[in-house]
Amino acid sequence: MRLTLRVWRQSAADATGAMVTYDIDGISEDMSFLEMLDSLNEQLILEGDDPVAFDHDCREGICGACGVVINGDAHGPERTTTCQLHMRHFSDGDTIDVEPWRAGAFPVVKDLVVDRSAFDRIIGAGGYISAPTGSAPEAHATPVPKADADFAFEHAECIGCGACVAACPNGSAMLFTSAKVNHLNVLPQGAPERETRVLDMVATMDEEGFGGCTLTGECATACPKGIPLPSITAMNKEWLRATRKVAR
Amino acid sequence: MALATRTDKRADRKAGDPGGGRPGKRPSVLGTLWGSTVGKKAVMAVSGLVLLGYLVAHLLGNLKIFFGPGEFNEYGHWLRTMGEPVLHYEWALWIVRVGLLAAVILHGVCAYQLSRRDIAARPTSYVHKRRRASYATRTMRWGGIILALFIVWHLLDLTTLTVNENAQPGHPYENVVATFSTWYGNVIYITAMLALGMHIRHGFWSAAQTLGMGSATRDRVLKITANGLALVLTVGFISLPVGVMTGLVS
Repeated sequence: MRLTLRVWRQSAADATGAMVTYDIDGISEDMSFLEMLDSLNEQLILEGDDPVAFDHDCREGICGACGVVINGDAHGPERTTTCQLHMRHFSDGDTIDVEPWRAGAFPVVKDLVVDRSAFDRIIGAGGYISAPTGSAPEAHATPVPKADADFAFEHAECIGCGACVAACPNGSAMLFTSAKVNHLNVLPQGAPERETRVLDMVATMDEEGFGGCTLTGECATACPKGIPLPSITAMNKEWLRATRKVAR
Repeated sequence: MALATRTDKRADRKAGDPGGGRPGKRPSVLGTLWGSTVGKKAVMAVSGLVLLGYLVAHLLGNLKIFFGPGEFNEYGHWLRTMGEPVLHYEWALWIVRVGLLAAVILHGVCAYQLSRRDIAARPTSYVHKRRRASYATRTMRWGGIILALFIVWHLLDLTTLTVNENAQPGHPYENVVATFSTWYGNVIYITAMLALGMHIRHGFWSAAQTLGMGSATRDRVLKITANGLALVLTVGFISLPVGVMTGLVS
């Protein structure tokens, strides 16, 4: 395949960036999108150019490190991560626009790499349980109803890639935060911190400069793990409940 | 590679705050609501639902115009005497007016503050544009501004009668007919009612989500209700200018 790539190039966080056009040939449709970018970088290195910086790690769709906006869609046209997107979803001769996640809370570090540490701070505010460590507890000691386990698991699938923020016209982190809150709040292990978790995580999300939710649904459409939009509704419910409860 | 360049810009602020938790004093319920994006959205949802409830009552009253000037004007007069003899003349009306004004102000201020925040949270737009979300969703802000301007005109036209062609106090039927006998009256009114329909279509469903009342199983019912309310209110209100234009009401 022969492709024309238009890639966001920005040498540093405080530098001005621009879309730069590259022609690339010999792309196999079995390559992943990241392998295609690897090929581009090999070409750039041979030409003595600076390779395109992009985040990546496991390359099997579970770590959440990779993620770029491809033709205006976070992670591209398929519902998966950028590393699991294959070039067979594009055609020979296509022009592909590659941009970094755009959000005030996710400043560009270099090229396609953004600083997502705001997510870490949201997790730090309550995305954990407090439990004595040691050997694994007896699995049957704390029964969890099947429906709750399924609900928790659905939300635990969030890999924190940031596609929801990138897709949201308001740069909102509501889907990410709701996935983390719902995952722990429904489980007995998360119950002692149920109220403080949602209040503190939402407060930190606001402090980090993410926008609010206007329920456009763009986040859930972009999510490679299929975290559903009602997840946000469930967190709103938890937040309102916690506000009432903590006031008592 | 990227990790090495990351800096915790809030490291100093978070110092002494164990694990991000906020021990000790928390703000009051109202303080928490007003200080959070989720809380402000809840204020918007409740004030919006209050206004929606009012609109349903307002439409039912308006439809009396199809039963002639006697019945409509009598209804207009009753609005002033309702609550008597417990309440003094026009007291109930003023209580409703103050409540509605509070709802409009809360709804508008929250919308303004949240919109400012949302726009700031996405400082750079994508080079590759594509259409996002439905028309009703994308036009919530402009629709809200249109409705706010409409409310000002509507009050000047039919409450204070400042810009009404007929301007006869105590004769709402004749005043309404006068408004809808002008081309601009019809254009302003019909445009605003179409904007209202779109606003309710996304707003009602959205309010249910914000207040935590939606769920995957209830989603269909909520969407049908939102569309139904939007359609009934829009068609209902537009039936007035259409009634005057077709000579059904004169």
